[in-house]
Amino acid sequence: MAGGPPKALPSTGPHSLRDMPHPLAGSSSEEAVGGDSTPSPDLLMARSFGDKDLILPNGGTPAGTSSPASSSSLLNRLQLDDDIDGETRDLFVTVDDPKKHVCTMETYITYRVTTKVGPFICYGDQASLELTEPPHLPLPEKFVVKGVVDRFSEEFVETRRKALDKFLKRITDHPVLSFNEHFNVFLTAKDLNAYKKQGIALLTRVGESVKHVTGGYKLRSRPLEFAAIGEYLDTFALKLGTIDRIAQRIIKEEIEYLVELREYGPVYSTWSALEGELAEPLEGVSACIGNCSTALEELTDDMTEDFLPVLREYILYSDSMKSVLKKRDQVQAEYEAKLEAVALRKEDRPKVPADVEKCQDRMECFNADLKADMERWQNNKRQDFRQLLMGLADKNIQYYEKCLMAWESIIPLLQEKQEPK
Amino acid sequence: MTENTFWLKKIEISVSEAEKRTGRNAVNMQETYTAYLIETRSVEHTDGQSVLTDSLWRRYSEFELLRNYLLVYYPHVVVPPLPEKRAEFVWHKLSADNMDPDFVERRRIGLENFLLRVASHPILCRDKIFYLFLTQEGNWKETVNETGFQLKADSRLKALNATFRVKNPDKRFTELKHYSDELQSVISHLLRVRARVADRLYGVYKVHGNYGRVFSEWSAIEKEMGDGLQSAGHHMDVYASSIDDILEDEEHYADQLKEYLFYAEALRAVCRKHELMQYDLETAAQDLASKKQQCEELATGTVRTFSLKGMTTKLFGQETAEQREARIKVLEEQINEGEQQLKSKNLEGREFVKNAWADIERFKEQKNQDLKEALISYAIMQISMCKKGIQVWTNAKECFSKM
Repeated sequence: MAGGPPKALPSTGPHSLRDMPHPLAGSSSEEAVGGDSTPSPDLLMARSFGDKDLILPNGGTPAGTSSPASSSSLLNRLQLDDDIDGETRDLFVTVDDPKKHVCTMETYITYRVTTKVGPFICYGDQASLELTEPPHLPLPEKFVVKGVVDRFSEEFVETRRKALDKFLKRITDHPVLSFNEHFNVFLTAKDLNAYKKQGIALLTRVGESVKHVTGGYKLRSRPLEFAAIGEYLDTFALKLGTIDRIAQRIIKEEIEYLVELREYGPVYSTWSALEGELAEPLEGVSACIGNCSTALEELTDDMTEDFLPVLREYILYSDSMKSVLKKRDQVQAEYEAKLEAVALRKEDRPKVPADVEKCQDRMECFNADLKADMERWQNNKRQDFRQLLMGLADKNIQYYEKCLMAWESIIPLLQEKQEPK
Repeated sequence: MTENTFWLKKIEISVSEAEKRTGRNAVNMQETYTAYLIETRSVEHTDGQSVLTDSLWRRYSEFELLRNYLLVYYPHVVVPPLPEKRAEFVWHKLSADNMDPDFVERRRIGLENFLLRVASHPILCRDKIFYLFLTQEGNWKETVNETGFQLKADSRLKALNATFRVKNPDKRFTELKHYSDELQSVISHLLRVRARVADRLYGVYKVHGNYGRVFSEWSAIEKEMGDGLQSAGHHMDVYASSIDDILEDEEHYADQLKEYLFYAEALRAVCRKHELMQYDLETAAQDLASKKQQCEELATGTVRTFSLKGMTTKLFGQETAEQREARIKVLEEQINEGEQQLKSKNLEGREFVKNAWADIERFKEQKNQDLKEALISYAIMQISMCKKGIQVWTNAKECFSKM
């Protein structure tokens, strides 16, 4: 099977999670057509080039294929908060009811996608999601799968369900993407196979055009505002990467602290066994340290399950933005190339040909769309981080409150005057 | 007890200062040591005003000498321990150097505590050498040595782990010895783990300081979020640095535990002394019994047990009647002496048990009281740490909410 060679993927910076080799990058399309046809070489070419623009690094992983574990155990759990339902929507999408399917060739999970406007319920498997994937929205980290021992465990399926749910909600909130024909098909059609083929045709076309353009021409210069966006995204991803590492380190320190606390508490119990009058106070301290340990464990679990995955999703999210930016550059390059070609023949043909004008239009539209998208992205990001960081603070406050309660509750026990025997 | 309170009323003791000094030791070698200023104030005045009566400098080795003297002269007393000579059970941020200012300061508190313990002890407080320690700077060492306490010191007490086969051990002391062993092992375990807990806690807090830096850097590229991130970063810095004070306070708790770790040793010393006395008593009793038997043998002319004497008698013929009379006489004298000795040893032993047990009871009460207070102050420290944590994270949350 010819998987898209990882080296063919353009990379987006040293910290991109995308740089992880993905041995299965090209295989999802095969699955997408139901495995009943051999993908054309053309399609594979398209995928290896178009990957960058149209799908995330987490290309469809055929169920039942195992890959080498590449992510730490911390990555294994993924949980995303539900959107804050501030504005009114006309379309509500939920992902639930994961079902396991076992066939002769493969085992996979389907999720029920429910839209609120109509009774349309369809089952789609994970891989087919990519067809409708807009450029700016990352699918839940699929590389996570690789590190998981049991991809079909309840816990894993549940976190992925949440992530997919969030993914679809983002699309429905998107002014352009929510009207996308493929998206509607995805939500309503019971059998996606027919559409999958269409989708592939689309991918092929785009891929070819991109290949064509990037083949010959280098962009002169990015307009200042887009250069600024690019710079912003680079720094943003860098800072998130640092925060991710700090958070992991904190969790590591907390886990080690927990190990020591678990030894520390029982020593008071051992001591209490030697004592008469002091037995109760010592036992109280022991129990108290036990309660604090439990609270600490909850804190680290919360950090691992709630905080880290959202951070990582945002690193992917900024990567998606970066690839859109790149695509914009390509459109500009296409236009500039054409313009230059015309300039060379200026004497012969004084009028700008229609196809160059079309190209210019296309570029301008793309620019406007991108600016609007970036604005929305910024807004989403601000809300998401406010929520995420407030959540982080809340978890820590809760931890300290639990410990505070434990210690305060033993004060009377410690102060108690023992009756003289 | 009334005398004791009278003594405390009369004098206030403090170790108010520590100073690094350089001098020459006995073999004329340059050495650096720390001297501690001891101040005593009398509070006899009715208005409660204290008047400085004495102030003098002592070094750690002099405290050690005082304690060794007390140990020898008051074997039935659980003598208060000195603070550690070198820092033990430290977590990595603490220096193990005994010239380190923090360590010197903690030892100053420990030495003051030692003096207060001795001064509040019903028996030790009346000791003349102790009084001179507080009031007579020069010649004190000589005065101590003149007491000849070193001669009185039983070298067997120092022999580590030497066990004497006591036939009839006092059950109470056996149990107490067992208890002091266990107490020592549990407290040293506790201190070891606590040091590791402190290490880890320090790590958790300090890593949060990195958030402070990265939030500040991140804020530079943000518009609406910038201010919130910047000030949240500041709160993370505050959080990271708050651990220094927290752990410094906790070190005081560790010192309180250490005092009882060393008290366990003092308790064991009393038990060992008792064990030795019992051993001496039993040896004396045995000696007396064997002499009595010898005497009886000579008188009756029968040899019940095989002895060298019996063999020589058989080999070289009977001794004369005069010789035998003389030997019996000597033996009878020895028996008489032995009986006197045994009697006095018995008396001494009973006295020791009585006194030692009274002091042990006093010690137990003091221990329960002190440790309960130590646990309360530990809990209060934890409570204040939690409150600080809640405060900082609430402030940070406030900043995040404004983003």
